[in-house]
Amino acid sequence: MQKHALIILSGLLLGALAVFLVFMGNPGNYGVCIACMLRDIAGALGLHQAQVVQYLRPEIIGLSLGATLAALITKEFRASGGSSPIIRFSLGFAGMLGMLVFLGCPVRTVLRLAGGDFNAGIGLIGLIIGIIMGTMFLRRGFSLGRAAKMSPANGYVFPLFILSLLTAALIIPSFFFASKTGPGSMHAPLLLSLGAGIVIGIMAQRSRLCMAGGIRDAIFFKDYHLMYGFLAVFVAALVGNLLVGSFKLGFMGQPLAHTDGLWNFLGMLLAGLTAILLGGCPLRQLVAASEGNTDAVATVLGLLAGAAFAHNFGWAASAKGVPQAGQVAVVLGLIFTLGMAFALCKFKVGGEVKNEKTCGC
Amino acid sequence: MKKHVDARGLSCPEPVLLTRQALQDQVVKEITVLVDNKVAVENVTRMAENSNCQVKIEKQDSDFILTLIKTK
Repeated sequence: MQKHALIILSGLLLGALAVFLVFMGNPGNYGVCIACMLRDIAGALGLHQAQVVQYLRPEIIGLSLGATLAALITKEFRASGGSSPIIRFSLGFAGMLGMLVFLGCPVRTVLRLAGGDFNAGIGLIGLIIGIIMGTMFLRRGFSLGRAAKMSPANGYVFPLFILSLLTAALIIPSFFFASKTGPGSMHAPLLLSLGAGIVIGIMAQRSRLCMAGGIRDAIFFKDYHLMYGFLAVFVAALVGNLLVGSFKLGFMGQPLAHTDGLWNFLGMLLAGLTAILLGGCPLRQLVAASEGNTDAVATVLGLLAGAAFAHNFGWAASAKGVPQAGQVAVVLGLIFTLGMAFALCKFKVGGEVKNEKTCGC
Repeated sequence: MKKHVDARGLSCPEPVLLTRQALQDQVVKEITVLVDNKVAVENVTRMAENSNCQVKIEKQDSDFILTLIKTK
């Protein structure tokens, strides 16, 4: 159990801090959600015009800076890239469409479940099916190809961008759009959100916490290491919600959620499938992007672009339900992702992967 | 027989997958795995130890060489 201590501690901290952030002002079951928070950041940067979801979420800024800091201290910061960046961007884009139709990333799926939201249970089933589908492609030889080592400057671009956002937000807060009503206007105090983000970032970098990876490894390799982190998030958030009285069992009236089961299922299926093909959930991608992995940066940019499109064109769901355009977007996203997955099993990006793997010395 | 797996630059969980495939070959007693980041080192080591292998890790420039020896 000792070797699982760090991942369990990370999960417990994330779950507890998520409940605390909601207690301090974040919307319900929205202490940490990489998808929704990137969506709010896209809004704050003016990339979409949905005025109720614009806020430069300091949790994301802190999370990224915490991960960079931990990677630098442990000398794990390493600039790399070149493993199908445009496909990663597109899969990030498609995954975000699914997550905004469900209203949450894999982390928020667990947090919603821990808040008693049954709709998230349906989302979780979709996530698991998506992950199983993804692992089937991996078994068939799906690969986005090799990344190569790059000059360190490449790796610092993303952390510097994040640092610039923080600097601008602290010096001229009016620089960014900020919602006056709606979910974007609900947030914990800035320094608290930032501090919580930093703690989660450091822990996630050290423990490699990954929600989609937890389910993947458990099913695929019978390796439950990452799963312990997943379960720890759930347990801490559940206990936290029960303690502060924010636990509410049922389908109806859940915060930032709708009850359309089919689209909760399909949205998270798309999210799970893209996460596995990309090698990790949005949380893991954000951490990797902060460690110098420019391929993960491409994914995060795809997530941001997906959020911007989803809200500019009314594809994202709301408490009222899933708009028809959002349903079309998810179906197109699924067709695109499955097409890419098949194509990359057959053609093998970075072709020599298979030949190199067994040189039989 | 010895096998060699070069999993440098591959994203999670491909290094684990390739190593596991190599391990499944009954005649193979020893495998060297080349990876280029700590996450892959941890993942491959965990899988190898769960599959009854002894793991030795060496650092070579910016890469890591893992030597896996089957104990059963």
